[in-house]
Amino acid sequence: MSNGTQPAIQLDKVNKWFGQLHVLRDVSLEVATGEKVVVCGPSGSGKSTLIRCINRLEVHQEGRILVDGTELTDDTRALDTIRSEVGMVFQSFNLFPHLTILENCTLAPIWVRKMPKAEAEALAMEFLTRVKIPEQAKKYPGQLSGGQQQRVAIARALCMRPKIMLFDEPTSALDPEMIKEVLDTMIELADSGMTMVCVTHEMGFARQVADRVVFMDRGEVVESGTPHEMFESPQTDRLKLFLSQILRGH
Amino acid sequence: MATTTTHASVADRAQPPMLVAGPVAWMRANLFSSVWSSLVTLALAYFLIKFTVGLIDWAFLKSVWTVPTDPATGKLNPDACRQAKGEGACWAVIWDKYRFILFGRYPYEEHWRAAIVLVLFLGLFVVSAMRRFWRPVLALIWVAVLVSIFTLMWGGVFGLRYVAQDEWGGLPITLILSTFGLACAFPIAVLVALGRRATNLPAVKLICVIYIEVIRGVPLISLLFMASVMFPLFMPVGLNPDKLLRAQIAIILFAAVYLAEVIRGGLQALPKGQYEAADALGLSYWKKMGLIILPQALRLVIPPLVNTFIGFFKDTSLVLIIGIFDLLTSGKVAVTDPIWQAFSTEVYIMLGLIYFCFCFSMARYSQSLEREFSKSVRR
Repeated sequence: MSNGTQPAIQLDKVNKWFGQLHVLRDVSLEVATGEKVVVCGPSGSGKSTLIRCINRLEVHQEGRILVDGTELTDDTRALDTIRSEVGMVFQSFNLFPHLTILENCTLAPIWVRKMPKAEAEALAMEFLTRVKIPEQAKKYPGQLSGGQQQRVAIARALCMRPKIMLFDEPTSALDPEMIKEVLDTMIELADSGMTMVCVTHEMGFARQVADRVVFMDRGEVVESGTPHEMFESPQTDRLKLFLSQILRGH
Repeated sequence: MATTTTHASVADRAQPPMLVAGPVAWMRANLFSSVWSSLVTLALAYFLIKFTVGLIDWAFLKSVWTVPTDPATGKLNPDACRQAKGEGACWAVIWDKYRFILFGRYPYEEHWRAAIVLVLFLGLFVVSAMRRFWRPVLALIWVAVLVSIFTLMWGGVFGLRYVAQDEWGGLPITLILSTFGLACAFPIAVLVALGRRATNLPAVKLICVIYIEVIRGVPLISLLFMASVMFPLFMPVGLNPDKLLRAQIAIILFAAVYLAEVIRGGLQALPKGQYEAADALGLSYWKKMGLIILPQALRLVIPPLVNTFIGFFKDTSLVLIIGIFDLLTSGKVAVTDPIWQAFSTEVYIMLGLIYFCFCFSMARYSQSLEREFSKSVRR
């Protein structure tokens, strides 16, 4: 489907309102295949809404969103196909508590990809090994720590062999000592060439893996550029203010 | 305490002292913690013992178990019961009438068929309760049992005598109405609960809301009346589904509404993240519901579900008013026999015990299910 020049994700003047609140204002963004984009900004800036629009967990009201060349519309068939190509990792993990770790990982490959069970389990074990928790496969999510759960969530998304991975503040709900294990997993994933869009406050992670950092405030993209440009020579006052606040905290 | 730390006393303390744990301590803490509490305990103990002694006396020691047959008339002579009246129970009425109470007006010499039906029902309950049978084959078992039950009850094939539905009665009727009522109501309830939450399908949602509110706003008795009296008026001449089927449909429609609202509660209690995670994996609506949402939502609502089940098991006795011969009706009719008219208490106690056995089993089973499911989700 995708040729070399077609962007993996393309947002064109996207607008969204929650009631009267204008949460996305003319947001345009292109993410190339293999590119790693970090979206940052103060809370309420619309960054989570933006990333959730990309797999239509939120529905945008104006503008166009194309994922892998397909436009997001009300067509649920096409939407399910797009969603199966786009992995998502949530702030609150959202593992399925009634299924084991292994079943969490094999569910979508078996039911969406129609993969035979044995093959799906082998695949799941491969990814659980990659996130370094193969020994937890038979346990239930409630028996794992937050960091382990988030790594399972990453493995679960990877089992669908997605073309794009979306991360919605993946470390914000974690205790400090568990943040590193999740970030390490994400860095490894980035090194493997995955296309990634990541909403995060972890500026160290952004510096290390991002090709581009997008700064959002009050629903619009204020500034974007390489991590070096953004952090060393911010152009706008809003970004300067944001950086001074976030760096003071670290 | 600090002065007694010798080796011997440490060894003694391997077990907690009697006054901290154990039955004596428990009684002290819970029954005799103050003067008032001691007085209440003693008063309640007095009444409890007096009642228990009285009950044992009435039910076992002074009770009449059988009465002789009067040689002149060939009928039972209940004089012994009449003499014991007020002091001892007359279980002879049960002994004489138990087959009528269990099977109603079903032809006496065909009772074995109704008895097999009861055994089939109990077997069905046991099999359905075991998790290792929770596979598609269970649906086949249900259909097979359903067919055997109605073949046995109706007869007319395999050399079995035909027994019209008017002659059915007793416990088989109660079990047919409640078992198939709840079994059919449950899937309808799931669909209605999902429909009521389908915000992107306004027509479906509206139909579900109207169905729920209309049926829920009407007493079951009036629905049964509608089914038995009014419904046939609207049907073309000659097409008249039998009374039991009509009552069964009314019960299904009614139970489905209550179950649907219970299930909707479970759907709403699930965190939004579960829906989103399923969506994000590309699961279609029905796969999302069937694999992720319903398994969790239904576990959450086991207690109110079983509550509703138990309620409906007993509510089937309302078919009495449209002349269907269920367990309660046959009990009532049994004591209209002139010989036994004075001994309805004993019959009602027996009916109560039968209902209690079924309801209590459901309650215990639901507790074991809850325990089993909580294992997997425990943090």
